[in-house]
Amino acid sequence: MKHLSEYRDASQARAIAAEIGRIARQPWAIMEVCGGQTHSIIRNGLDQLLPPSVEMIHGPGCPVCVTPLEVIDRALAIAARPEVILCSFGDMLRVPGSRDNLFAVKAAGADVRVVYSPLDCLTIARHNPAKEVVFLAIGFETTAPANAMAVKLARQQGLTNFSALVSHVLVPPAIEAIMQAPGNRVQGFLAAGHVCSVMGWWQYPPLAARHRVPIVITGFEPLDLLDGIRRTVVQLEAGRAEVENAYPRVVTEEGNRAAQEVIGEVFTKTDRTWRGIGTIPGSGWKLSNAYSDFDAELKFAVAEIHTCESPLCRSGEILQGSLKPHQCPAFGRECTPRHPLGATMVSSEGACAAYYHAGRFLAHAETAPGAVP
Amino acid sequence: MCLAVPGRVESIFAESGVRMGRVNFGGVIKNVCLAYLEEIAVGDYTIVHVGFALSRIDEASALQTLRTFAELGLLEDELAELKGGEDDALPEACAP
Ligand code: SF4
Repeated sequence: MKHLSEYRDASQARAIAAEIGRIARQPWAIMEVCGGQTHSIIRNGLDQLLPPSVEMIHGPGCPVCVTPLEVIDRALAIAARPEVILCSFGDMLRVPGSRDNLFAVKAAGADVRVVYSPLDCLTIARHNPAKEVVFLAIGFETTAPANAMAVKLARQQGLTNFSALVSHVLVPPAIEAIMQAPGNRVQGFLAAGHVCSVMGWWQYPPLAARHRVPIVITGFEPLDLLDGIRRTVVQLEAGRAEVENAYPRVVTEEGNRAAQEVIGEVFTKTDRTWRGIGTIPGSGWKLSNAYSDFDAELKFAVAEIHTCESPLCRSGEILQGSLKPHQCPAFGRECTPRHPLGATMVSSEGACAAYYHAGRFLAHAETAPGAVP
Repeated sequence: MCLAVPGRVESIFAESGVRMGRVNFGGVIKNVCLAYLEEIAVGDYTIVHVGFALSRIDEASALQTLRTFAELGLLEDELAELKGGEDDALPEACAP
């Protein structure tokens, strides 16, 4: 990557990679759960610095990618109503639903707005009392504190023209599901640092013990990621399966208690369908009964909507780590970031988009033009 | 949504009873909700997700991260996202 040559710590990155090469005596497969980490690994070519014996499997931690198709279709149905202003994070606009995406509905005249923070929706609701403002509240544990607070404040401020279409997903149940899947190849995990900054890392030791799998909490910068991989390989070689916090400058064991409290008040655990993966028990949050009057699904009666995926898209295999994006026949042909067939090609955190932007077009990644010299 | 640029708290104020701050991300100033970080003060650095400060980090780590992001060309991407500069983002998004 051109950027790595401007990166002052590049020699340190290469040194850690070389050390990993010395430590790894057998082949290991390690999954980075978070899409932000996938983006950083592919963009900076970190996987290509690693010895061939260490394979990075890209996990399902891209919130846009795993938001179920029926949620997109419900958002599209709600957005098409004349009284509605639909607010969403920008990443969601190009995610394909069964027929359309939000961008297309907006072009056709619907009032669809991109917000930076869910609090912006409250401002919009206050200024448009005759409209129904609906927020598409998706994401992992990192966006939940913001989304929960928006709903809590809407109640406090008496905003009755605000509601949320909630589809939150959680990391620990996904790790559990990956470890239980038949044919699982993952032997170690890099856990997402920012998810842990909210929830802490106290949930992980039972997971590591139950599945005999090392879990290393890792940041997003090249040195963080390489150090996380190094620590995971050290554990694997030593036959250890522990939780290590390699990101202590941001993550504590208990996490952000104030945020956990508000999440616990506004949301409640639910089974959640992950796009491309299927239903994972207890893997999501929905609005709690106390806040059901803010539930857009109930307000607009959109629960029964039928969906169909593109038959070409293999994002399910991508999200489970059994296929790399450039091995999908549609990759870069029928499917590009401009015309995505699957959600993993939309968000910059999606594995397909990350490969596309890094120029990884060849099925043999070693010879890809974006490779680190 | 997960990669977050650290920002410096420039000032603190209340809006509809909620603790808010002006946070400087490498020159881009944003209003950020500080309700989840009771102890954060002006001059502190914080990591922000979708408009909410969720963790405090020390200045040295923050500056190191900003330097790394800049060197890797990531800072522009992230700041563009903060500014809503994507081609499909709507500049009027947050306006009343
Ligand atoms: S390249 Fe496109 S079609 Fe293939 S798996 Fe990725 S998103 Fe789906």
